[in-house]
Amino acid sequence: MAYRWTNDLTHADVTPRGAFLNRRQIMAGMAGLGLSTMAGRAQADDALEPNSWEDVTSYNNYYEFGTGKGDPADNAHVLTTSPWSVTIDGLVDRPGEYDFKDILSEMTIEERIYRFRCVEAWSMVVPWNGFELSDLLAMAGVQDGAKYVAFETLYRPEEMPGTAYRVLDWPYREGLRLDEAMNPLTLMATGIFGKDLPNQNGAPLRLVVPWKYGFKSIKAIVRITLTDEEPPTSWNMSNGREYGFYSNVNPEVSHPRWSQATERRIGGGLFAKRQPTLMFNGYQDEVAAMYEGMDLRKSF
Amino acid sequence: MRDRLNQSLRHLPTWVVYIVGTLPAPWLFYQGLTGGLGVEPIKALEHEYGELALQLLVFSLAITPLRKFAGINLLKFRRAVGLLCFLYVTCHLMVWLVLDVQIPGQIWADILKRPYITIGMAGFLLLLPLAVTSNNWSIRRLGPLWRKLHRASYVIGLLGAVHFILLVKGVQIEPLIYLALIVGLLLLRLPTGRAASSGRVRRQGV
Repeated sequence: MAYRWTNDLTHADVTPRGAFLNRRQIMAGMAGLGLSTMAGRAQADDALEPNSWEDVTSYNNYYEFGTGKGDPADNAHVLTTSPWSVTIDGLVDRPGEYDFKDILSEMTIEERIYRFRCVEAWSMVVPWNGFELSDLLAMAGVQDGAKYVAFETLYRPEEMPGTAYRVLDWPYREGLRLDEAMNPLTLMATGIFGKDLPNQNGAPLRLVVPWKYGFKSIKAIVRITLTDEEPPTSWNMSNGREYGFYSNVNPEVSHPRWSQATERRIGGGLFAKRQPTLMFNGYQDEVAAMYEGMDLRKSF
Repeated sequence: MRDRLNQSLRHLPTWVVYIVGTLPAPWLFYQGLTGGLGVEPIKALEHEYGELALQLLVFSLAITPLRKFAGINLLKFRRAVGLLCFLYVTCHLMVWLVLDVQIPGQIWADILKRPYITIGMAGFLLLLPLAVTSNNWSIRRLGPLWRKLHRASYVIGLLGAVHFILLVKGVQIEPLIYLALIVGLLLLRLPTGRAASSGRVRRQGV
């Protein structure tokens, strides 16, 4: 880990549009004074409009609470998220069941404004709060032989009505290669918009891997296991032809059922235009090196 | 009870069915415009129209068995139900073409490449001649051929259900229920079913 990642999306991307326009006018004024580089930066930011709290918290895929996009917001409030503990085991120096509060006390929470791209070809911009996964892994002490990190979601049928149906093989499982897990972009989110994560967004602790399709960003994590083998992952187990282990956002590799060349930003209304999807969801500079020499059509 | 129901159904003009059945189309569109369908109204509208079309399809396939096995006569409304189904399939398709995909080059590619779209499209194309011949003139003109042609609705029902099953992620219960209903309604049409209902009504061997 050579550097800590800094946002290229700014508060301008999450502030209300009115306030944002005011800021642009100020920037334009500054440009007139010769501060053209700053104005250029402001223009780059123009391409992204903020997603609202309502967008982020009412449109969710979280099949433990139902397969409809509104089901998680309707059903997830009954989930008990405190107390919460996370088991960290496998190839680590300090395995055990970590209390979520103890984890929080060790970590520095920061804000990360990331693009979020679903495999279903919709997207959002989300202001997450959280800490780097690498910091958590450092706390547990990753052993030399570890090559992958496996994650598991809570499986509690009495609070998760969606698990009554075997849409997926519960509990939900996901995984990353160790270098992906250690990448400074990889975030363990504990909040959005400076508030605690709403249950439908994966409270109290979820993964955010912004250059991968959203389903990699597993919610309500109860177990993290360091292994030397590629771990089985839920969508890959359910339909390996459609959902690869890597699932990097890639406009050139079409999903069997959806073209990935374009996407639609949530919140644009009935006449929202599609926009081109960016390689690695726009994080190419930060992550492409990890996949050098790999055929991303095969390892999709 | 059954006779009273049939009696009142006889007095219900079909134009009422047409009007009531059409109203959800503009209402849903208005809901989509004004936020009533959530933060991603394009997908929601597409889904609402598609699901209504499928429900009307199930209903149209239920009319004959309802008469055969329950003695409820809705035959008078079958054309209206079928045409309303066509209306919602068309709305569903238009949302997909104009609001969802948007890119003309991608539409044809999607139809060829993605089985659930191929199947959905096949269902729509099969529905077209049925909609066009849903008038008295065509019935007179086509004679026995009309009945044969309109048996395409059996295939359309299956295509619609399979389209739904293939488009959802994972194995979901809702589209499977539609398939079960449609298969069940088609099985009731098998010769054994017909034999059981002819003459004295004996409800067995279905």
